[in-house]
Amino acid sequence: MLAAIGAESIDELFAQVPDELRLGRPLALPAGMSESEVFERLAALAQRNADADRQVCFAGAGMYDHYVPAIVDAITQRSEFLTPYTPYQPEISQGGLQVMFEFQTAMSELTGLPVSNAGLYEGPSSVASAGYLAMAATKRRRFVVSRGLHPHSRETLATYAVGYGAEVVEVGLDDGRTNAGELARAVDDKTAAVFLQSPNFLGAIEQTEALGTAAKEHGALLVVACDPMTLGVLKPPGEQGADIALGEGQPLGNRLDFGGPSFGFFCATEEQIRRMPGRIAGETDDVDGRRGFVLALQTREQHIRREKATHNICTAQALNALAAMVHLAWLGREGYRELGELLVRRTAYARERLAALKGVELLHEAPVAREFAVRIDASLDRVLDRCAERGVAAGYPLGRDYPEYENGLLVAITERRTKAQIDELADVLGAAIAAERGDFLGHGPSKSTEEVR
Amino acid sequence: MALSETPMQRESVRTIYEKSRRGRRAAVLPDAEVPETPLEELIPGELLRDEPPRLPEVSEPEIVRHYNRLSRRNFDLDTGFYPLGSCTMKHNPRLNERVAALPGHARLHPAQDPKRAQGALELMWLLQESLAEICGLPHVSLQPSAGSHGELAGLLLTRAFHADRGEERTKVLAPDTSHGTNPASVTMAGYDAVKVATNERGGVEMDDLRARIDEGPEEVACLMLTNPNTLGLFDENIAEIAALIHEAGGTLYYDGANLNAVMGHSRPGDMGFDIVHVNLHKSFSQPHGGGGPGAGPIAVSERIEPFLPRPQVVRREGGNGSGPYFDLDLDRPKSIGRLRGFQGNFGVFVRSYAYILSLGADGLAEASETAVLNANYLKARLAEGRAGSRLPVAFDRHCMHEFVLSGRPMKKELGLATLDLAKRLLDFGFHPPTVYFPLLVEEALMIEPTETETKESLDAFAEAIEHILAEAEDDPEVAKQAPYTTPVRRLDEVKATRKPVVRQSP
Repeated sequence: MLAAIGAESIDELFAQVPDELRLGRPLALPAGMSESEVFERLAALAQRNADADRQVCFAGAGMYDHYVPAIVDAITQRSEFLTPYTPYQPEISQGGLQVMFEFQTAMSELTGLPVSNAGLYEGPSSVASAGYLAMAATKRRRFVVSRGLHPHSRETLATYAVGYGAEVVEVGLDDGRTNAGELARAVDDKTAAVFLQSPNFLGAIEQTEALGTAAKEHGALLVVACDPMTLGVLKPPGEQGADIALGEGQPLGNRLDFGGPSFGFFCATEEQIRRMPGRIAGETDDVDGRRGFVLALQTREQHIRREKATHNICTAQALNALAAMVHLAWLGREGYRELGELLVRRTAYARERLAALKGVELLHEAPVAREFAVRIDASLDRVLDRCAERGVAAGYPLGRDYPEYENGLLVAITERRTKAQIDELADVLGAAIAAERGDFLGHGPSKSTEEVR
Repeated sequence: MALSETPMQRESVRTIYEKSRRGRRAAVLPDAEVPETPLEELIPGELLRDEPPRLPEVSEPEIVRHYNRLSRRNFDLDTGFYPLGSCTMKHNPRLNERVAALPGHARLHPAQDPKRAQGALELMWLLQESLAEICGLPHVSLQPSAGSHGELAGLLLTRAFHADRGEERTKVLAPDTSHGTNPASVTMAGYDAVKVATNERGGVEMDDLRARIDEGPEEVACLMLTNPNTLGLFDENIAEIAALIHEAGGTLYYDGANLNAVMGHSRPGDMGFDIVHVNLHKSFSQPHGGGGPGAGPIAVSERIEPFLPRPQVVRREGGNGSGPYFDLDLDRPKSIGRLRGFQGNFGVFVRSYAYILSLGADGLAEASETAVLNANYLKARLAEGRAGSRLPVAFDRHCMHEFVLSGRPMKKELGLATLDLAKRLLDFGFHPPTVYFPLLVEEALMIEPTETETKESLDAFAEAIEHILAEAEDDPEVAKQAPYTTPVRRLDEVKATRKPVVRQSP
């Protein structure tokens, strides 16, 4: 090969790298290993994590321990989906493009909005992307954000806003839901968008439509983050006045993976179609009149428009969106609704069981779908450690993000959390609280009838 | 007119929604096991959905068949040569899929208390250390989800760095050969993009760079550069470029899309760069998935470190004789803040760390050597015969891991556009190179073979190009109407944009 090139050595090819910039030593990394050695090394690391097979997982906060059906793995591991690049050559990418089209259709159906893209990185950065769209659409630079929006979303929006020069104003909660009066006062004629989440971070279902009127009155966009697993039963954002509905897609067909990769979904009204971020597949015909799919509206995108693009995103999360589509097809119209109902009923049961425990009270009384918040009358860190020792991840400690809920615990339910496991959570949590509070003698972990009243 | 239809072309294209029949289903869900209270008693009726969304109603065998058939309508790296420039389509080892799927990784909740996620945090820390060594920069954040996300991070870091010194700068410079994501990220970060010209050797035009800086050195926030650049050429003036930018007070940003050329040979940090993003889905073998997932970790210099996104994975020394442990550091007062939820695309980190372990120090250096050898060999093969005159290389010198040809003579002499050549290549079972990029090369073809291709596959590709050019001398119409054998033929992209149909109508 060198002879064909006309070079003496490979080193000669590297001669364009000036000597003083050559590393001149091996990288300070271990020597290469055999496949079996690498496997053992990685397996040993994996062994040191308390994953959801080893602990019964009631943690949620945006990512949930749902069952991923076997066909999702079978299909996403196919080379033809796993190993191509972005479909720049549509004639040989019809499979991936049609999946995008089907995925867009599904997300439109779920959110009740007519336009969906093919997916973004994940939830919180999708929220920040909605801010960028809202600025372009309204020529305004002010965001009003509910404190019920995921703390990671609020922080990511704030990070991005420093770049594009926008101000972020936060509105507080009242019994678990966005304070409507405060929101109405915060929105003004300079507001580009109002950001809500429903169910919000505390699990409460927001009165999106009523809250959204403030945005409408001032010509601001209404952006609603939502949990895709609740939309089989909850009114979709598109029917409640949302201009943009988006969220974290992990619950659909994607594993926990310690936080990623998953995907973000992003849907909007027709009016915003030319301002959308990310890839969008569209239907068309080939020269012989056959039906086909291509990347549509590419003139929004960075590879064509460069500094005038609607977003900088290139590589996104296509394979994760495929997983979602397969999961949704597997659930189907009825299964998807049934799953939503199952979550609501088991959550109601769990909420009631936990609220009956001594040292536990509901953090809010608002209606919930699949996650709820309680306040623990004991040191939550130590209570959680005690639960972990008994193989239960009892939930997400709200104090991490909300100083006002120092001993607040967010508990999430999926179809994998059986009644028996919920009962186990109640037992383990009740015992842990009792142990922390030192109420051993004579009193069980349940409230007396008096206390329940 | 199609000469004869292939079976796949004859298939009628139907979406999963069109295969839906009322009452069919795949999923069987668990029983509720708890009281079946009417939903309206749990959630006020006005917050409930009237009709379930119109998802498909199909059985499991139909779903499997539908998506398997769709998969056959894709071309993929496991099936054939994929010399897509700037995308580093190297083999994706299956071991990486296996270790990423271990329950300890795949089933770990992202909010798990760090003390119960020590394996995951240690893995992230080890990957950070490895990337720091490869990039020659001391600190790494794994948070960005792709290259463009890393670029945005780098520009927000630049803004924070200047603001901390009481400065507000407005311009970010980038060569006219830069990836489209560069200027798009510049705008998103609130800066003005300024183009810098390319010289006759394919590097940054130094006079133009000086002129752009001299227009207002105090306005220059950053220079974004890919090195080797998108022409596949190493910029020999990089030390001087770095000095000029640093003298003006700006930061130097390295777009790591082309890192595959220099692993273990030259390090961006040693070249003077302050911030580097690394595409784990390029150099570090994460499969592309048809458009993601990827990850775009950033490595930075000491002066940028205080501003890194939070949380940061850190290794702490244990007290009382216990060993070191790993933690998420949220207490970073100067941090630009989060760029996304949780800790990043962890599953990608597992695969890339497995890749680094497999290759090791020597293996990574050898991968870059072979990538450069393969690119130069293919360039030499394409300098022979018809390709040599019809498709001359844009800048005639040794390349690094990729090179750019110009289809200008081919278009002028044979009436064949680069797009026609690309489409005809599909009939030969090859993925075409990146086309019409970089923008400064007329009718550009950007070719990156990667190190995981054999000499035989490079030869076969060169022969296919030769064949197509010979065929076009006889009858250019053959290529101009191509492809013929793909599931669909050329598609009307204008229609898809003018009257966009972006979902299945009910």
